[in-house]
Amino acid sequence: MSNLIKFKIDNKECMAEKGTYIVDAARENGIYIPTLCNMPGVKPKGSCRVCTVKINGRLMTSCTTPVADGMEIESSAAEIQDIRKSIIELIFVSGNHFCPSCEKSGSCELQALGYLYQMMVPRFPYDFPLRKVDASSPKIIKDQNRCIQCKRCIKTIKDEQGRSLFAFRNRGHRIEVVLDKELGLMMTEEMADLAMKNCPVGSILKKEKGFDIAIGRRKYDHEPIGSTIKL
Amino acid sequence: MEKSVKQIIAKYNTNQTRLMDILIDTQELQGFIGKEAVSDIADALNMSQADIEQTITFYHFLSTEPRGKFAIYLNDSAVAIMYGQRAIKETFEKEVGIKFGQVTNDGLIGLFNTACIGMNDQEPAAIINNRVFTKLTPYRVREIVRYMREGKNMDELINESYGDGKNHLPSLKSMVSSNIRRKGMILSDSYIYGSVTKNILPGISPEAVIAEIKHSNMRGRGGAGFPTGLKWEFCRRAKGDKHYVICNADEGEPGTFKDRVILTEKPELVFEGMALAGYAIGGDEGILYLRYEYRYMKEYLEDVLAVMRKNNVLGENIAGIEGFTFDIRIQFGAGAYVCGEESALLESLEGKRGEPRDKPPFPVEKGYLNQPTIINNVETFATAVRIIENGGEWFTQFGTEDSTGTKILSISGDCMFPGVYEVNWGFNVEDMLDMVGAYNVQAVQVGGPSGTLIGPDEFHRTLGYSDLSTGGSMIIFNKQRDLLRDVVLNFMEFFIDESCGSCSTCRNMPEVMKNKLVRILNGNGVKSDLTDLKAWGKVLLASRCGLGQTAGNPIISSLKNFRPLYEELLQKEKEFDQGFDLEASVQQSCRYVKRIPKFHLHE
Repeated sequence: MSNLIKFKIDNKECMAEKGTYIVDAARENGIYIPTLCNMPGVKPKGSCRVCTVKINGRLMTSCTTPVADGMEIESSAAEIQDIRKSIIELIFVSGNHFCPSCEKSGSCELQALGYLYQMMVPRFPYDFPLRKVDASSPKIIKDQNRCIQCKRCIKTIKDEQGRSLFAFRNRGHRIEVVLDKELGLMMTEEMADLAMKNCPVGSILKKEKGFDIAIGRRKYDHEPIGSTIKL
Repeated sequence: MEKSVKQIIAKYNTNQTRLMDILIDTQELQGFIGKEAVSDIADALNMSQADIEQTITFYHFLSTEPRGKFAIYLNDSAVAIMYGQRAIKETFEKEVGIKFGQVTNDGLIGLFNTACIGMNDQEPAAIINNRVFTKLTPYRVREIVRYMREGKNMDELINESYGDGKNHLPSLKSMVSSNIRRKGMILSDSYIYGSVTKNILPGISPEAVIAEIKHSNMRGRGGAGFPTGLKWEFCRRAKGDKHYVICNADEGEPGTFKDRVILTEKPELVFEGMALAGYAIGGDEGILYLRYEYRYMKEYLEDVLAVMRKNNVLGENIAGIEGFTFDIRIQFGAGAYVCGEESALLESLEGKRGEPRDKPPFPVEKGYLNQPTIINNVETFATAVRIIENGGEWFTQFGTEDSTGTKILSISGDCMFPGVYEVNWGFNVEDMLDMVGAYNVQAVQVGGPSGTLIGPDEFHRTLGYSDLSTGGSMIIFNKQRDLLRDVVLNFMEFFIDESCGSCSTCRNMPEVMKNKLVRILNGNGVKSDLTDLKAWGKVLLASRCGLGQTAGNPIISSLKNFRPLYEELLQKEKEFDQGFDLEASVQQSCRYVKRIPKFHLHE
């Protein structure tokens, strides 16, 4: 326990083991910092930027930055909250996220963050991009309308040889997460389950399955995102 | 053909981290990287095909579809357009009979747009099969297309019209001109390469080299301005199996071309600087990461390296110093501006998409292949040699207190003498404009699109890290230019094309901002649009890398310094514009269903 270090989040004294990522260290100290692309146990990439905090006047992602001794972190300032809300709105308008018809509704992390940040109407105009749905795999549907390019599936779904089933395609505004044609055909039941589970939104869905959890029993129906972390 | 791809894979030892080389060689062999090649590479490297394709589709010059026997990449950057690129584009389309983005049915010619190719002082310019064609005119375009159809080879296409300086050398045979208009310590011919390595290094310790660099106060010449001596010191102290020296020659910031000139005219100085850095940090391997736009220099630079090895300025026990071994290889990018960001460059070097890494850890601790690595700009390495030759104290007499030494500027746009100028830091913009013969100047873009756009009321400002910081790109616009349409919009489109797409902010926000700019340009803007643009731009600051953080700068900076240009375009009487033209939409939908629209709105 000699590796414990002291730091502050919004002036609250906190302690954590050296090298812990800020987002995890915050949780251990009862403070919730919202995340979207981050997944416990998987190397973070800081791609959604939702967990942005301010350290020494600089915006940093708390999922990729380890705590340091004496670090002073700002997380709940209005300015930072507004950046987070902007990012969530930006992700919403850049895809086609129609919650009422989505199988993931109620268990979707993006939707849950939208509620948390009380997003009513996004400040940005909707892009309504033309996106495809790939149903070529016998096991899953990859709906590009809902993909938020978080990279979770790319990082976690691999075959026994360690090859990635999912990968990016193109770059910038035209970027997509695609399923490998060949490996997609050989997807196992377990991989499909895991892929759907790891997708924070409704972009990866198992075929022949949908709306099987009743309203009222979905992930965020009674416990809004982040509410299980308490001081 | 299949066998050849296998040979390429074998040439790079079936090494995943050399995927970029494998892909570039395959692209050059076949003109594209087809399904079969992707499958072969994937099988050999034990990767999925989608994984291989995610690297291919990241880079502008790699393609899964054929690009034509002659692949023509015409620069579409702002300055190219100022110099008549549109006429060139039209002539190409007319002569070839296809649109840009297409390949002729016979597979002979492909036409493609590309971002700034580092030829701003000799536009319009295009890259055809890795050779650069500068100062294009409609006549030349017709001639080039005719030659291609007649089956002439690349040398014949160039008409033996080579550029100045070393560009005529047999290993270059390039139309490019260096256009050096002012020399200082780096471009000077007074230095005889190898003299620091042979005469000074044997008598000075690596620590003393670093101390001298620190004493000189030199800061990185790439734009970020990190103190070079400190970087080297951090890297020397970091523990690792191997330490790497990487030269960032990816200069992709539109309007900069000075690294191309340094590498053409003084490559030995750069390579010697890399070896010097290797000596200082305790590394024996250097890599020059060169943008693919400069592929035409490959043979020339490899010849230079070979001569340097022969002269023992590179190689083993250099200058007789026991254990001082250092060699350099050239790694090419494949068309991605973001790879100029040092951690994206590392990813690309390792054969991956050029997505910037999260920091910390910094490259000096965990860089190339997770080992301690320094990444410096071409100019930084060249400068370091002169510092060690003459001492850190000598160096501080040039420039200003916080910005010591000289800076090589790439100056282009509306001026009499575009080209490369080496000046002392502290130069002011007014003098610069007078130096290059620029009259009736409306604005200067300092530091490229990611920098700032300044007007005459700021021309008294000086170039330096504490005032106008710049990696060297200076673009001048006279009073006839439509800044918002011809410059700001072009720069926004550049950032949209060049985002790696990793961060949600940089992937989406520039597009949102550009759409708003277009709305304003189309006369549909209202006052609140300007407030929105300013506020929305701030969200980009939450991006991971410098590209993302500055991707809104063309709008942010022009809005700050040229606000009246925006205000003139706004609808004065309106507070809100629904952005929807009912009549036009009804007319459009009626056209599709073949009905005649009838409006009752204004009756």
